[in-house]
Amino acid sequence: MPLPNRQSGLYDPSFEHDACGVAFVARLNGDASHETVERALTALANLEHRGAAGADKNTGDGAGILLQIPDEFFRAQIAGLPPAGAYGVGTCFGGHEETIEAAVAAEGQELVCWRDVPVDETHVGRTARAAMPQIRQFVVAARGLEGDAFERKLYVIRRVAELAAGPALVIPSLSSRTLVYKGMLTAPQLARFYPDLLDHRFESALALVHSRFSTNTFPSWELAHPYRMVAHNGEINTLRGNVNWMRARESQLASELFGDDLAKVLPVIREGGSDTATFDNVLELLVLAGRSLPHAVMMMIPEANPSEELKGFYAYHGCLMEAWDGPAAIAFTDGRVIGATLDRNGLRPGRWYQTSDGWVVLASETGVLDDAPESIVRKGRLQPGKLFLVDLEQHRIVPDQEVKAAIATRRPYAKWFQQEALNLSDLPAATMPQRDEEPLLRRQLLFGYAQEDMKVMLAPLARNAEEAVGSMGNDTPLAVLSERKPLLYSYFKQLFAQVTNPPIDSIREAIVMSVSASVGSERNLLAETPEHARQLVMENPILRDEELERLRQVDSDVFASHTIDTTWDVAEGTDGFEPALDRICTEASAALARGANILILSDRAAGRERVPIPSLLAIGAVHHHLVREGTRLQTGIVVESGEPRSVHSIAVLIGYGAAAVNPYVMLETLEELVDLGWLPVGMTVEEAQSRAVKGIGKGLLKVISKMGISTIPSYCGAQIFEAVGLAPELIERCFTGTPSRIGGIGLREIAEGSVARHARAYPGNGGLLPVLGLYAWRRDGEHHQWNPDTISLLQHAVRSGSFETFEQYSDTANAESARRSSLRGLLKFRFPEDGIPLEEVEPVAEIVKRFSTGAMSLGSISREAHETLAKAMNQIGGRSNTGEGGEDSARFEDNRRSKIKQVASGRFGVNANYLANADELQIKMAQGAKPGEGGQLPGHKVDHYIASVRMTTPGVGLISPPPHHDIYSIEDLKQLIYDLRCANPDARISVKLVAEVGVGTVAAGVAKAGADHVLISGHDGGTGASPVSSILHAGVPWEIGLAETQQTLVRNDLRSRIWVQTDGQLKTGRDVVVAALLGADEMGFATAPLIASGCVMMRACHLNTCPVGIATQDPDLRKKFAGEPEHVVNFFFFVAEEVRRLMAKLGVARFDDLVGRVDLLDADEALTAWQARGIDLSNILRAPEGSPLRRTHAQEPALTDALDWKLLEIEEGDFAIRNVNRTVGGILSHHVTKAHGAPGLPPASIRLTFHGSAGQSFGAWLAPGIELTLVGDANDYVGKGLSGGVLALRPPEGSPFRAEENVIAGNTILYGATSGRAFFRGLVGERFAVRNSGAIAVAEGVGDHGCEYMTGGVVVVLGPTGRNFAAGMSGGIAYVLDEDGRFAERCNTQLVALDELESDDLRLVQSLLEEHLARTGSAVAERVLGDWPGPFVKVMPHEYRRAIEDGAISTGGDGFYTRETEEAAA
Amino acid sequence: MGELGAFKTIARANTPERPAAERVGDHREFVRTLPLVELREQGARCMECGVPFCHNGCPLGNLIPDWNDLVYRDRFREALDQLHRTNNFPEFTGRLCPAPCEAACVLEIDEGNAVTIKQIELAIVDRGWEEGWIPAQPPRMRTGRSVAVVGSGPAGLACAQQLARAGHDVTVFERDEAAGGLLRFGVPDFKIEKHVVERRVQQLAAEGVRFECGVEIKSQEQLDAFDAAVLATGARVPRDLPVPGRELGGVHFAMEYLYERNRAVAGSAEPTISAAGRHVVVIGGGDTGADCVASAHREGAASVTQIELVGEPPPSRQDDLTPWPLWPMKLRTSYALKEGGDRSFAISTTGLSGNGRVQEIHWVRNTGEPPFDPVPTSDESHPAQLVLLAMGFVGPETALLETLDVTLDKSSYATSVPGIFAAGDARRGQSLIVWAIEEGRRCATAVDAWLTAPA
Ligand SMILES: Cc1cc2nc3c(=O)[nH]c(=O)nc-3n(C[C@H](O)[C@H](O)[C@H](O)COP(=O)(O)OP(=O)(O)OC[C@H]3O[C@@H](n4cnc5c(N)ncnc54)[C@H](O)[C@@H]3O)c2cc1C
Ligand SMILES: Cc1cc2nc3c(=O)[nH]c(=O)nc-3n(C[C@H](O)[C@H](O)[C@H](O)COP(=O)(O)O)c2cc1C
Ligand code: SF4
Ligand code: SF4
Ligand code: F3S
Repeated sequence: MPLPNRQSGLYDPSFEHDACGVAFVARLNGDASHETVERALTALANLEHRGAAGADKNTGDGAGILLQIPDEFFRAQIAGLPPAGAYGVGTCFGGHEETIEAAVAAEGQELVCWRDVPVDETHVGRTARAAMPQIRQFVVAARGLEGDAFERKLYVIRRVAELAAGPALVIPSLSSRTLVYKGMLTAPQLARFYPDLLDHRFESALALVHSRFSTNTFPSWELAHPYRMVAHNGEINTLRGNVNWMRARESQLASELFGDDLAKVLPVIREGGSDTATFDNVLELLVLAGRSLPHAVMMMIPEANPSEELKGFYAYHGCLMEAWDGPAAIAFTDGRVIGATLDRNGLRPGRWYQTSDGWVVLASETGVLDDAPESIVRKGRLQPGKLFLVDLEQHRIVPDQEVKAAIATRRPYAKWFQQEALNLSDLPAATMPQRDEEPLLRRQLLFGYAQEDMKVMLAPLARNAEEAVGSMGNDTPLAVLSERKPLLYSYFKQLFAQVTNPPIDSIREAIVMSVSASVGSERNLLAETPEHARQLVMENPILRDEELERLRQVDSDVFASHTIDTTWDVAEGTDGFEPALDRICTEASAALARGANILILSDRAAGRERVPIPSLLAIGAVHHHLVREGTRLQTGIVVESGEPRSVHSIAVLIGYGAAAVNPYVMLETLEELVDLGWLPVGMTVEEAQSRAVKGIGKGLLKVISKMGISTIPSYCGAQIFEAVGLAPELIERCFTGTPSRIGGIGLREIAEGSVARHARAYPGNGGLLPVLGLYAWRRDGEHHQWNPDTISLLQHAVRSGSFETFEQYSDTANAESARRSSLRGLLKFRFPEDGIPLEEVEPVAEIVKRFSTGAMSLGSISREAHETLAKAMNQIGGRSNTGEGGEDSARFEDNRRSKIKQVASGRFGVNANYLANADELQIKMAQGAKPGEGGQLPGHKVDHYIASVRMTTPGVGLISPPPHHDIYSIEDLKQLIYDLRCANPDARISVKLVAEVGVGTVAAGVAKAGADHVLISGHDGGTGASPVSSILHAGVPWEIGLAETQQTLVRNDLRSRIWVQTDGQLKTGRDVVVAALLGADEMGFATAPLIASGCVMMRACHLNTCPVGIATQDPDLRKKFAGEPEHVVNFFFFVAEEVRRLMAKLGVARFDDLVGRVDLLDADEALTAWQARGIDLSNILRAPEGSPLRRTHAQEPALTDALDWKLLEIEEGDFAIRNVNRTVGGILSHHVTKAHGAPGLPPASIRLTFHGSAGQSFGAWLAPGIELTLVGDANDYVGKGLSGGVLALRPPEGSPFRAEENVIAGNTILYGATSGRAFFRGLVGERFAVRNSGAIAVAEGVGDHGCEYMTGGVVVVLGPTGRNFAAGMSGGIAYVLDEDGRFAERCNTQLVALDELESDDLRLVQSLLEEHLARTGSAVAERVLGDWPGPFVKVMPHEYRRAIEDGAISTGGDGFYTRETEEAAA
Repeated sequence: MGELGAFKTIARANTPERPAAERVGDHREFVRTLPLVELREQGARCMECGVPFCHNGCPLGNLIPDWNDLVYRDRFREALDQLHRTNNFPEFTGRLCPAPCEAACVLEIDEGNAVTIKQIELAIVDRGWEEGWIPAQPPRMRTGRSVAVVGSGPAGLACAQQLARAGHDVTVFERDEAAGGLLRFGVPDFKIEKHVVERRVQQLAAEGVRFECGVEIKSQEQLDAFDAAVLATGARVPRDLPVPGRELGGVHFAMEYLYERNRAVAGSAEPTISAAGRHVVVIGGGDTGADCVASAHREGAASVTQIELVGEPPPSRQDDLTPWPLWPMKLRTSYALKEGGDRSFAISTTGLSGNGRVQEIHWVRNTGEPPFDPVPTSDESHPAQLVLLAMGFVGPETALLETLDVTLDKSSYATSVPGIFAAGDARRGQSLIVWAIEEGRRCATAVDAWLTAPA
């Protein structure tokens, strides 16, 4: 019986993630055969590397198969089986026969028999076996029902049984059409475990298989895929909201088809299911209630920017249900059609082909089956938002447009939408009410405004129509520890995507994003009528006053607004607070009963007599009250409040259910700013407001895109936050389901805060807003850990070498700072009675080896500062980190070498040589100050040196994308780890994560993906530049994240194979010891060593004006750098000395023995102030069950069966290749680089040819002098980080198809390539040449986002491109053969111009086509050359042109542009 | 945020002064203000630091970055509001403060480059007075509680103003004939013209503060009518010089001389001490000494010599001893010496001689460091017809404290007697105006809390 997942300490199974490999095989003619099953199982086995195993390597995360019911098979075994279709087969985990039988009987059907499913558990892993349920099947004969009606009945039976039995009963499938076999198995184990699958009578015309890779840390057989209708690769980011909304919808569900049965199946969503399971639950309901499977899929995963014909369909269905958003390749089937679709941004791979004998195969990778090249008639890939559908009844692949057009015209959806939906701007202008209001200042005080809000947030927002940017970390207290009674918003921390799903670039990939929102009531999801479209649509969720009035005054038979006052009488004091909250909820219910469908929660009445309830509390309370009451969908809720004024505040309101927000005091404050001259001369109030609204809109998109969400409606109510410092009862009532792990304040304290603000506003003799001091230190403002005292004491200590002064520093830092701001300040050590003598403790020189300096890129800090840190760390045997900007290769050989080389999403300066010269390769998934976000280095900061180190062009701005484009999920990370291992088998591989709820499970995934080291960064760490709201409001303290990680890793015995590091505001020996006790082996410091080298927390790092020469590239300012390695060395020695002294007192001689000893920590009861605030640290201090507590052994070797070993000694040769051969050329390149350095070998020294389908990352980091030719096709990531080698891909000779119409290679090709050449004869996927900075490539057609973020190199496209070509492309040139003349529509011209080719260009393109022809035999090249020149368009980035004009780049004699950098000279 | 990177392109402009030759001829202020454009440029140099060390260096916690920026953006009115938030009398500090803020300014890491904070401060407040932006701010409500403030120096004034604005009835007792304390009678007019002080006093009066000048508090009874009292009586007991000849005529404490000079310039009393035509020796190298030197210049002394016990400090900040942002021990040449006169360091006075009146001073050079051992055979004698002792102050006068039976507390504004508080030099010892104001403000907060605390 599967153990129910159990929450313990900080570990919570609801944060498990999975990702995987998926495939299906179908026979177009619809003939069932056992071959289908065999093929599917082979495909599955070949996807094994996408799955994962846990600590026990024979226990897989899950594998399974879904197929048609093999009638013959059952018939042979079961006497008296009704005819095919008239019986259903259920597979059932976990007994409960009686419950099932009762359900069958109650529903009037007949249970034919039970069957024990034969299983062979010999190969199954220990953990899986322990959790293995009893697996039985039952057969139900139809009584009086057939077809869909019988399917519906079987569904009802299943739900009834499931609900009766509770979580212990799992029914993977019960259908008259399909059957699921799955389990906690590895891919190859599946067929061995279920001998049924090998039976030749086990026949099907289609089969869907799945291999799971889960961060899963708890055994579960249920969570293996496929589910009843789908198998999924990806992650639903909006799940929490979707689930809440579904729950809210249930009360309205009605279906003629189900009739009274519907009530029996509720709730629709099975508790404790994964995102996919939940998706499956809803999809199943939609289909059984009458929609076709593709129709239901289109509703749940709508396309972004659909064609005109489909717009109406999607708009209409948007009124019925929000999107289920996230990276998704979903394969689905109902036993009659089988298909797959991809999320709107194309974030998962999917490749298909059709053979001449009628097989269609789709899989996460190409090459999973060995069909002869001659038999393959078509190849393709899943495309963003598109459906791929195989109809076995029609015996064909139905094109996307055809399926969708048919569905979209089933009903006049477009017309319905047009007629019924109202646009806010179409409503009649409202009459503005005369308000007798308090002066603005009073109201500002009432809502907790401070001067800084104006200066730091609002003025820049209106000025730039963008959120303010800041630098360095957040060293202020957590909201719950602050003495300033911060607004409720600041208790909520934004969650973000890391590893398991990618954030989106909301600027460069704006085509998938949308801020539009709507209000109104939703209707029965299972029906479709014109009335369903009665929604009021708004372009933007931030309403100006007049827009709100329109809503309020809306006067129609469809819409009715009701305004609820969210203030209470000050005379009642804090006692009046809770009754007021109750009153608001009751009033909301009453209003709905009277037919209101727009609720406006308004604190306009706030003033001398009335105190406003925090707007977030009001919306949370009403939202959850209505959800619980089942009426939530009857209304939209709009917040009219003086309180919100920042991106974060508005994001939280929307996240907890507000459809729109009218921040009226903010809007008025903008008026004031105009009057006060805070804004540029000439800016009108109107302009200021609209710029601010626009800026917040952009900021909102950034916040939601951090989580990989792209539309406001699917963010609305999705609660993508973690609360830090709120009491459980409060969460339960108003923010149900939000994680809140250290307890905290409740309604009373919140009320006190409101009353205190009111008191400040009235009566008061003062007339100025408080200063605040949150963004910059102020004496009487918010506390900062880095303040004049700590900074100057630290500098004096390290410069004078005085340990005494250092102790003064650390006393101040520990006592004054940490205590008042951080969780570790609330902890104390449990010193044993007697410690040990100091001499017995490990020496300082040993301890410092555990220390490293944080990743800080050359570019964010100066060369001088960067090298100083490296020298210091090399001197003491610690580690310095290159950061994400590469490293000068001249440093590889001396004491300036950084041991840790970071690999971030921008891949700047990452080539084979860089990778080969590392002791540790760190994959940066996130950074505490801006998790889930990318970055930008403006062109003026990219001088010659920075450009040469980053291998880009001087003067050309650089963008780091929010995600790694080769990591959209955990199995992708596994692949990158593998790639990096190939590039440097000796380096340890580290993954940098940021603390947030669920980071422990992600860390477990990282351990399973084969990393050696994981860094858990706190939310408060430093940055060179980040939006202020991210610095303050994203992520949680490392204390929580580290403890969660340790608990999760230890209980799953994964801790033993991975080192754990932590960083974020570490300053003293005490900090280090607390971190060690909570589970860290190592510690990182960034800000502190910078301060030791002279940083004074100017926080101008993003402005290039650092006065002490640290965060600047300005040559004059760099001269002012006065830091010495000695200062940094002193710092670390001092810290280590403190550590030793604490260790002596703790009685622990070896640091190793300190790690994970939470028993030596205790909550410090002496600090009563925080206890009064309800903080409870017991979850953090929970000792995990299990051991060991630290790393004891290495990961399993990963590279042993790499193909490269065969290539090492050879100069020329032919090899067979298949998809399991990954990163071919990687190890070879490492060897070449080790031996010959960056220049590599002379051209064409090694020439190898491969036949077949190459695994992922073919030719990654390929070094100069190596040429790989692939005859066949390739998967994703071809030529990743190409470092000078040459690649050529072409289809096999005998292929019957036209190469240029078929897919030759997958997504994200040439990601971060720095030099070399690559030729693709055929179509390639999304994001071709993304972040290419120097490679030259030719392809015959590319998917969406081609040449994204490219900074150099040349790309020639001889065919169609997808949308959003050249987004974020700041350098390099692309030439596109624009035969249909419509390229301009598909190109993103934010940064580029489209030009005609000049003679130099023509020469260049011609020579490349000649080479393409020679290497691949391309028919297109031949044709174009024959009819020279052809309709080429030149895509030229503006900045790049300027750089060329400025002489930073020159054209060589051969027409190639070369950079004036060391690289080019070499 | 000033102008990005302006600190690199715009040099610091030191405070402009009237030419020495001209200013010694009168008693008007010798400091000038920068033209508006230049002043704003100076404001532009401020980088609005994430950790503004200036703001920490200023004892008042002046919101320096905020008002620097406002001046740069020509928003003097708002700058004035920000300035007044923390500083009741910016026109005093803007003229007289040694500006520890500038020593702590981040730009001062590169010595000599600090933002000209003090000038900006002065410009803001002077502009405020000029424009009539500094009206009286009488309280909206009154508490009905009363406070006596003893002493009208900057500490007493600041305390009184804060308390009055909080709605308390405040009476200031001052034994001198006019309010202002050392500002009025210690600091010479050429550093701060007295109408500047008077203007502020008038504002206080308009806010409801009652001034009782010429009234010395000597007994408990005088304070009985009040709910609380604040002792802001200064640290007026000077350090004496126990050498032979101390008793001679023409040997005075600096304060005697300066009080007379101030009264003379105000035209309120005839002076009895004169430097005119005499060889003047000022003993003590500090600011009081400098004011004596400058006053003597203006009287037309034959020569002025300032001598200092301690050795000559280094010319620039010593990063091992007083690293940034600490107040650096370094050689500073006072405005007075720029006007003329000699200065000698490491001098131990051994005696004074003369016939009833002092004629000569005798000294010996010392090692410059404690215990200041004499350098053999370095005895010298110099003519000295007026000797002014400016060697600092040892503390507050004790008579009143004894009468009231009050013990002062360095760690609190309250004293040993409930309801009696102390602030300023009286509490912390001889200090600075900026500290006096800060003490006055904080003391007012303490008094207010005490008065309004539920019984
Ligand atoms: C010559 C000189 C120049 C200076 N220059 C500067 C400078 O340029 N910058 C700077 O920052 N600082 C300067 N200082 C120091 C500064 O003046 C003092 O630190 C400051 O004035 C102290 O303020 P206070 O209110 O505490 O005391 P005071 O200013 O000393 O005021 C105390 C007041 O209390 C009155 N008083 C005392 N006892 C009684 C009583 N029993 N009844 C009634 N009234 C009483 C006194 O008459 C006096 O008016 C200077 C000091 C001197 C002596
Ligand atoms: C100026 C600066 C630049 C940074 N750049 C990077 C970076 O390029 N990559 C990265 O992963 N983290 C970066 N960080 C974050 C640090 O590596 C580290 O995680 C964090 O600063 C640790 O917190 P602390 O500064 O409080 O010690 C940067 C931090 C600073 C201060
Ligand atoms: S009062 Fe003095 S220390 Fe404060 S800002 Fe003014 S000059 Fe600087
Ligand atoms: S320290 Fe200097 S530069 Fe920084 S805020 Fe203060 S005055 Fe401006
Ligand atoms: S905060 Fe940044 S601007 Fe310089 S002084 Fe420190 S590096």
